[in-house]
Amino acid sequence: MAKRFEVIEHTADVGIAAYGSDLKEAFANAAYALFSLMVDLKQVGDTLYREVEITAENQEDLLVAWLNELIYLFEVESILFKRFRVDELTETRLKSRCYGQAIDPLRHKIKVGVKAATYHMLKVEKDNGSRVQVLFDI
Amino acid sequence: MARWEGTLKKIDDYRWEISQSYKAGMRVPGLIYADEPMLEHIREDQTPEQVANVACLPGIVSHSLAMPDIHWGYGFPIGGVAATRVEDGVISPGGVGYDINCGVRLLRTDLMVEEVSPKIEELVSELYRSIPSGVGSQGKLRLDQKEIDKVLLKGARWAVEKGYGEARDLEVTEANGTMPGGDPQCVSTKAKQRGGPQLGTLGAGNHFLEVQVVEEIYEPAIASAMGIERVGQVLLLIHTGSRGLGHQVCDDYVRTMGAAVQRYGISLPDRQLACAPVKSQEGKDYFAAMVCAANYAWANRQCITHWARESFIRVLGRSLRQLGLEMIYDVAHNIAKMEEYQVDGKRLSLCIHRKGATRAFPAGHPEVPEIYAEIGQPVLIPGDMGRYSYVLVGTERAMEDSFGSTCHGAGRVQSRSAAKRSLRGADVARGLAQRGITVKAGSMSSLAEEASEAYKDVAAVVEVAHRAGISRKVAKARPLGVVKG
Repeated sequence: MAKRFEVIEHTADVGIAAYGSDLKEAFANAAYALFSLMVDLKQVGDTLYREVEITAENQEDLLVAWLNELIYLFEVESILFKRFRVDELTETRLKSRCYGQAIDPLRHKIKVGVKAATYHMLKVEKDNGSRVQVLFDI
Repeated sequence: MARWEGTLKKIDDYRWEISQSYKAGMRVPGLIYADEPMLEHIREDQTPEQVANVACLPGIVSHSLAMPDIHWGYGFPIGGVAATRVEDGVISPGGVGYDINCGVRLLRTDLMVEEVSPKIEELVSELYRSIPSGVGSQGKLRLDQKEIDKVLLKGARWAVEKGYGEARDLEVTEANGTMPGGDPQCVSTKAKQRGGPQLGTLGAGNHFLEVQVVEEIYEPAIASAMGIERVGQVLLLIHTGSRGLGHQVCDDYVRTMGAAVQRYGISLPDRQLACAPVKSQEGKDYFAAMVCAANYAWANRQCITHWARESFIRVLGRSLRQLGLEMIYDVAHNIAKMEEYQVDGKRLSLCIHRKGATRAFPAGHPEVPEIYAEIGQPVLIPGDMGRYSYVLVGTERAMEDSFGSTCHGAGRVQSRSAAKRSLRGADVARGLAQRGITVKAGSMSSLAEEASEAYKDVAAVVEVAHRAGISRKVAKARPLGVVKG
């Protein structure tokens, strides 16, 4: 399988670059990367799902807003997400289905807390294959 | 990440300037507090570029400042201080950061290390049990929206009124634990939903509780005024912030300000510097929300203090009075404050952004608690978990040179993944145990990420702040027991 994402070194925080055959897939892989930083996703099921819809000024902002919405859902509803389907992605709108499982403290060891996705080093690239990049505040 | 190749002009042994001509758009020069060996580390990534970028903020005065613990952040560097004019300058949520009012609280005891050492395992376990920690940890308090709004307005005072702590605690908390100017209506429902279950929790990352032992006293008279009497005395340090509520407030307003930047015709070198005029509606709303988050953080540290005291009482079998477990001080290190300073002979109202920087007011300043009127405001500098922490005191020089600010900690030199590659959590725990430090952590990988090797030596950081005169060393403490999320 093609590489879904890689971690970008940063002194205080953690960045990721995610790839896909199209932008929808790259976005989905960025969300996958976010939850991979937090937990071993092999231990997480996908029986629960949420539809997440975001509007923003542009695609870069959509990416940050979407990831932050997932962090919010993780904190408020205690859901770990592992599978993402971006059904619609325009310049200003994103519709997704996100599958995961409620945290089970006995099975899920949280490796790191992510405070937020930031706008620093933010990139959404469509040329030469789709690639997105985002830095998380840890 | 590429090395920074710009020019740093030496002002003196501890101050280095980035000229205003370094890049287009800078409104003032940059100024980094560091000694020569530290500069090498600082140049290894784009930290100085971030200092220069902050210098582009509309209304910034004097310098874009970097404290000696500076390291690479997102937008603003961590360890940065930026003063902008209230009249025509901007306020930036990124200049405070996601963990609004992340800060440090230090308590003293009448206990000596010999009394605590035999019980340290039990004490650390009890602290770990009674104070929820870890990612997304939820507390014992359940607050409805109405009660949250009270916390956002009253801060630590809310906690004391509910029986968590004593009125005296408030006297020795920055802003008395209740910063004025908050408006809960400016805080989103999402932020309140995140904050509701998390009040009274430590969180994860670099947040910790530490039982410490005084190792050295540099200024006995000043230390004594703070209740630090002798080497071997036991202290308790609490390091945490505003949890998910603060993160959400920052995220909400970075988004708002992103749009405001265009509306006000502000051009910025980095989107994470998003800002709006202090006097604009967006600026006022952010400040009112930030104040609420800051108050939440003070309430959080106040609740934790109460449970920590209960833990000491249970394990040591003594009353609070016998323990002498009293607060030395509580100080924010991620916050924006409206303060007045003399700049080029003029008295100016300024918005002081401190992001990873500590307020350091001198003796006699009206905001310094009465009991410290003659010594100045205590400045609390936690090191990393394997090494030592410092107590400093504010100076007049800080008022003249650094907008009443100094460093806040050690400052990272190694990325989290690099730390994890080179160290294993279990080895870190063993290494700490060999040095007589008991650790209880929710996650082994967080232990490796926060290992000493990933940080600058806090002693070197404090030495620069001391020699540059922006604060004075008072005492040093080493850890005995650590609780981490």
